[in-house]
Amino acid sequence: MRRERVPIVVLVPAAIGAAFFILPLLGLIVRSPWRDAVTALTAPETVEALKLSLLASLSATAVGLVLGVPLAWMYARVEFPGRDLLRALTTLPMVLPPVVGGIALLLAFGRRGLFGSWLDSTFGITLPFTTAGVVMAETFVAMPFLILTVEAGLRSMDRRYEEAARALGASRWRVFTRVTLPLIGPSLFAGAVLCWARALGEFGATITFAGNFPGVTQTMPLAVYLLLETNHQEASFILSLVLLLISLVVLVGLRDRWLGSA
Amino acid sequence: MNFNFAGTPTLVTQIEQGAPADVFASADTTNMDKLTADGYTSGTSKVFARNQLEIVVAPGNPKGIAGLADLAKPGVIYISEGPTVPAGKYSLQALATAGVKVTPKSLETSVTAVISKIELGEADAGIVYTTDIQAAGSKVQGVQIPAANNVIATYPIVAVKGTKYSDVANAFIDYVLSSTGQSTLATFGFLSAS
Repeated sequence: MRRERVPIVVLVPAAIGAAFFILPLLGLIVRSPWRDAVTALTAPETVEALKLSLLASLSATAVGLVLGVPLAWMYARVEFPGRDLLRALTTLPMVLPPVVGGIALLLAFGRRGLFGSWLDSTFGITLPFTTAGVVMAETFVAMPFLILTVEAGLRSMDRRYEEAARALGASRWRVFTRVTLPLIGPSLFAGAVLCWARALGEFGATITFAGNFPGVTQTMPLAVYLLLETNHQEASFILSLVLLLISLVVLVGLRDRWLGSA
Repeated sequence: MNFNFAGTPTLVTQIEQGAPADVFASADTTNMDKLTADGYTSGTSKVFARNQLEIVVAPGNPKGIAGLADLAKPGVIYISEGPTVPAGKYSLQALATAGVKVTPKSLETSVTAVISKIELGEADAGIVYTTDIQAAGSKVQGVQIPAANNVIATYPIVAVKGTKYSDVANAFIDYVLSSTGQSTLATFGFLSAS
């Protein structure tokens, strides 16, 4: 590839933009008490919170894929009245303060919620203060990222491949799994990663809807927040960096595997 | 006057990270001691109010909670502030003196979070300050805790070191400690400073 000279009007704002993200990270790295890192990381509460965070964020991504891909397909391929309104409603959590999202979830799925009271009286199921509640809160906040990304992928793909496959006699399901899904692979991957990353860092909706108890609902971001609140700031820096490192490893690792090193 | 309200540990962090503050009012002595030890206070702190604990339940007390022992009853969802929040620490003390063993369903980050979950009906009971129950009005109800098991919270106030307005800061502290200030605090349910 020919190395192009980068115009200064691009280079300067780009450098400032990069510094804007790198400096806060550097602040965390510099101020972290690395001598105490092992103690902070092997503390049972940390291990417990990390396990719960991984379990909940991956579950939220799985739920997001199962429910979000069909929704994205509907938005991209089906003309139906109220489609734009519905799309706006299902992306609302992106702009809603997460704490408000948590309250909204309580009003719907809480013990006295619109749907939750029925769940409680009929099946004896209550969601707040459970790990399932954590997954719900994370899915609520994170799934919109997946829906929008996959919809964009579906809209930009060349549909003639699907038509050709249909013309050659493939069933609709076979076309979807063998033609459509591979073609939107990169968007699907990007959407799932965005969804997972957002779920991993979720705080407001989780603490509001699911509460905070070690081993049940206390995810890493909650543990970090509590450390900050208890004058153990330095330990919270380390945990935050671990969270960042894990996401970085997963993102880079998966990217190479899925998309090849471009 | 500009007020900046937040959980006490948050305020300590803010002051130590250089947030401009002239007067600091703490919800416990531990955080005040920390700020003093770190050298961010000017003069000695003075207790300006005291508060006591009360059990918060839904209006009408549907679970029939009469005292601390009932928090451990099967079927009662008890939530608490985390042990690092002053109210959570005092709750543990109160439960210990009463000999009640109960595991909270959730360790909330503030008294207000506990109250809002009682209001929403997600939990049945929590332990908060008398003043918080009074402030919540008819949305919740209080169940008193006998003096023998109660914990009295003391609230100290101090001028922050390096304030540009130390005269005004000290005047405000004097006002809070005066009989006018004390009677205002009493209307919100606080116990007198001494």
